[in-house]
Amino acid sequence: MAIVEVRNLTKEFDGGKVRAVDGVDLATKEGEYLVLLGPSGCGKTTLLRSIAGLEQPTSGDILIDGNVVNDLPPRARKIAMVFQSYALYPHKTVLANIVFPLRAAKLPLEDRRRKANWAAELLGIRHLLERKPRQLSGGERQRVALARALVREPAVFLLDEPLSNLDAKLRASARDELKRFQQEVGTTTIYVTHDQVEAMGLGDRIAVLSQGKVRQIGRPVDVYDDPADTFVATFIGSPPMNLVARGDTLVGFRPEHLLPASYVKGDAQPVKLTVDRLEYLSGDRHVYGTVTGVGERTRVIARLPATVGDPIESGREYDFAVSRDRLRHFDAATGLRSVS
Amino acid sequence: MRRVGVYLLAIGAAFFCAAPFLWSLITAFKQNRDLYNPNNNPFLYNRPATSDHIIYLFDRAAFGTFAWNTVWVGVLVVLITLALGLPAAYALARLDRPWAGWFGIAIFLIYLVPPSLLFLSLSRIVVALGLQDSTWSLVLIYPTITIPVSIWLLIGFLKAVPRDIEEQAMVDGYSRLGAFWRAVVPLTFPGIVAVIVFAFTLTASEFIYALSFVSPSTEKVISTGVPTELIRGDVFFWQSLQAATVLVAVPLALVFNLFLDRFIAGFTQGAVKG
Amino acid sequence: MSEGLPEGIDRHAPRSAAEGRHGSEGLPEGIDRHAPRSAAEGRHSSGGRKLADREGTLAWLFLMPSVVYIIALVGVPFVLAVGFAVSDVTAGDPSFDFVGLANFRAIFDDPVFWRSLGNTFLFTGVSMIFIVIFGKILANILVADFKGKWIVRFLVLLPWTTPATLGAIAWLWLLDSIFSPIDWVLRKLGFIDGNMYWLGEPQLAMGSVIAVHVWRLTPLAAVIMMAGLVAIPRDMDEAARVDGAGFWRRMFEVTIPLTLPVIAVSALFGAIFTFTDMAVVDVLTNGGPNNATQVLTSWAFFRGIDGGDVGQGAAVALFLFPLLLAAAIAILRAVRKLEVR
Repeated sequence: MAIVEVRNLTKEFDGGKVRAVDGVDLATKEGEYLVLLGPSGCGKTTLLRSIAGLEQPTSGDILIDGNVVNDLPPRARKIAMVFQSYALYPHKTVLANIVFPLRAAKLPLEDRRRKANWAAELLGIRHLLERKPRQLSGGERQRVALARALVREPAVFLLDEPLSNLDAKLRASARDELKRFQQEVGTTTIYVTHDQVEAMGLGDRIAVLSQGKVRQIGRPVDVYDDPADTFVATFIGSPPMNLVARGDTLVGFRPEHLLPASYVKGDAQPVKLTVDRLEYLSGDRHVYGTVTGVGERTRVIARLPATVGDPIESGREYDFAVSRDRLRHFDAATGLRSVS
Repeated sequence: MRRVGVYLLAIGAAFFCAAPFLWSLITAFKQNRDLYNPNNNPFLYNRPATSDHIIYLFDRAAFGTFAWNTVWVGVLVVLITLALGLPAAYALARLDRPWAGWFGIAIFLIYLVPPSLLFLSLSRIVVALGLQDSTWSLVLIYPTITIPVSIWLLIGFLKAVPRDIEEQAMVDGYSRLGAFWRAVVPLTFPGIVAVIVFAFTLTASEFIYALSFVSPSTEKVISTGVPTELIRGDVFFWQSLQAATVLVAVPLALVFNLFLDRFIAGFTQGAVKG
Repeated sequence: MSEGLPEGIDRHAPRSAAEGRHGSEGLPEGIDRHAPRSAAEGRHSSGGRKLADREGTLAWLFLMPSVVYIIALVGVPFVLAVGFAVSDVTAGDPSFDFVGLANFRAIFDDPVFWRSLGNTFLFTGVSMIFIVIFGKILANILVADFKGKWIVRFLVLLPWTTPATLGAIAWLWLLDSIFSPIDWVLRKLGFIDGNMYWLGEPQLAMGSVIAVHVWRLTPLAAVIMMAGLVAIPRDMDEAARVDGAGFWRRMFEVTIPLTLPVIAVSALFGAIFTFTDMAVVDVLTNGGPNNATQVLTSWAFFRGIDGGDVGQGAAVALFLFPLLLAAAIAILRAVRKLEVR
């Protein structure tokens, strides 16, 4: 296990025309599961590849276990990486794929075999060892890739959207397995994804990236409840946080906190909601409407759990409210969270 | 109805391509008196078949020596071509140098320099190196034809290897060189086969250099040995010539056919994309 | 430079080999989550970027051998050939005297040169058209599924895998002025009375040379185009089928546009090959009758070797180069444009 630290890292492409990573500071904790989350093109994969040593940073330092590894090639960084495509060697059997890193380490034949069996056991792919990658399903390929990463006994796992090639059903169970796997092995893991559900479910902490910069880093609950700026507020959460302009601030509240007034106890901010559309989604009701009373008239979404049974029809106005401690305030000009 | 059409076209194509060889095969066993009578049916044996001309080919015309020379020259040229061409192609395809594009074009231009332009000056270089009248001169010179073509072929194959694969190998503990050798080269195997076959066929049929550098018959290769030893002025040893053609054509086509599928469909089989 | 792994990594690893082997059955609950320990661990090399990691250096190391080889054995002779072209070197008198453009003036004054030039274009142009058309048809046949495909492919490949001179020699007899089996068939069928003199009549001779060349190169074109056909995504063709496009429509609107880059490249290679090839001409007609099939390459050969006038031979051969260059650049640009789309 180890701590990965990134100091003021910048990576430019095309001679400075594109700045994929822009002054990122980041540090994992010992044995932590850190998720890099952001829309495509936000620089998360470039950041991961820089940590792996596949990209040479333009400036800044990368430290693994306290040592600057900028000048080390990937093989000397004690990392293991799982690519989005899994990058299994198509001409090798599963077993040969798994022992490939061990051959690089010049391990004796017997040890290689033993470690491969151990990893295959852990991931439940022993029966596949003699197959070729093209004979495997997506989920099986993912496990082989993990096994191959595992046998290296790396200080850090780097995972680049390893679930994006799986179908939706498989993805849920694979996510669960991935989390269990990491908890068992206890190795520091950096995981890149654009899928907030994966990020919330897997990460001990989440670093939200946009345009090459880290917008916020924190536990899933922090990132969700206390977004550092409007980007994080609207990127995370589905439906996203409602933002209502009020003077030179934006008032934000999550759809699930916008409830009929009778359900909100304590210090509440009353609002009027003119409903124009309803959606039923797995027990929840998504209410689309225009809100007044907080600030300017704004289109918002309310998410009513199944426990809220009040009849609501489109075209009518209702009394809704948001608990005041659920309101978040952002500076309208910068988008940053303002203290209030 | 469609199937019949496909079969007819296939048989027709096969016939047009192979007819001269079929006829060569018949001729090779004909007696002179049978062959040199314009009224005889050229497709039938009007007199008993004879193997005299085949024996002549091996006994008197040293066909075995030519064949052996062709093979070992071919093998060495292929080895040199791969040893030099594969790394060069990799450098141009993958190592992201800004000048790679220009280099690729330069290599293509080299392919445009015809042997007929170079053989005059090359024969002087061969003499200067003391290789005149030695088959080794061909081993030295042929790679100049095969390397540019091979680099071009291999660049295509190398670009088809997913980048992830070699990066994975680098993460797995190999150097860039190790990743190239252990992960990329095996995946380029169809391309390597293509180069082997292509380079060998090119060397086997090359004519101008072989003719101008090497004259002793023990040092000759098939493409020059057969015509020069079996055509003496106006005298053509027709049956032996036809026999030689068949003897060379069939094994080469067989080998090429074996690798044709690898050559065509080989690329990276769907292991990377799900 | 070798050092042990940091302590932290070893924490989970059992100390003995035996430990690592247990728990192989009855999983997943009993999975041993500790990595088996090996004797040789700790040999991970952790050096900095070695030579084998440095891309820039590696690129040069990889390229250098080829570059040196080609400069030595193509670049130098090429310069030498240019030297010959502006000199009065002959086979009898190898001494080098600069004569400027005299050789070029001499060959431009020679009507045979212009005839050869015309023939070269005719030969290349006509054969390329046929090679591309036949190659395309052949490729379509060969990718279809039918029984006995293997033997058909074998027979089809014969013309190309046979050394050019040998293939041409087989044809030499087929086109012989007295014994030609083709004539025999035509005679029996009653089309002709005497002989055709395939290689003796100027037009027939050109036709024969082109035919043999097409016969020889079509298989190569077919193989290259097959690779292009196979690379077409299947769903593309199927989508067109679903859209109700018939065979010809699919051919012209899906297959051909998608394989055009491949076709263009194979045509380019074929054209250059044809432009500079003289094996067929040399064996079949030796440029005759009366230079009717003389092409630039063979003319350069006769001038430079048979005629012994190295300077003029080199000048003729050199004349090819800018033509090839222009053709190649034109086609490469076209290909690039197609690929971008």
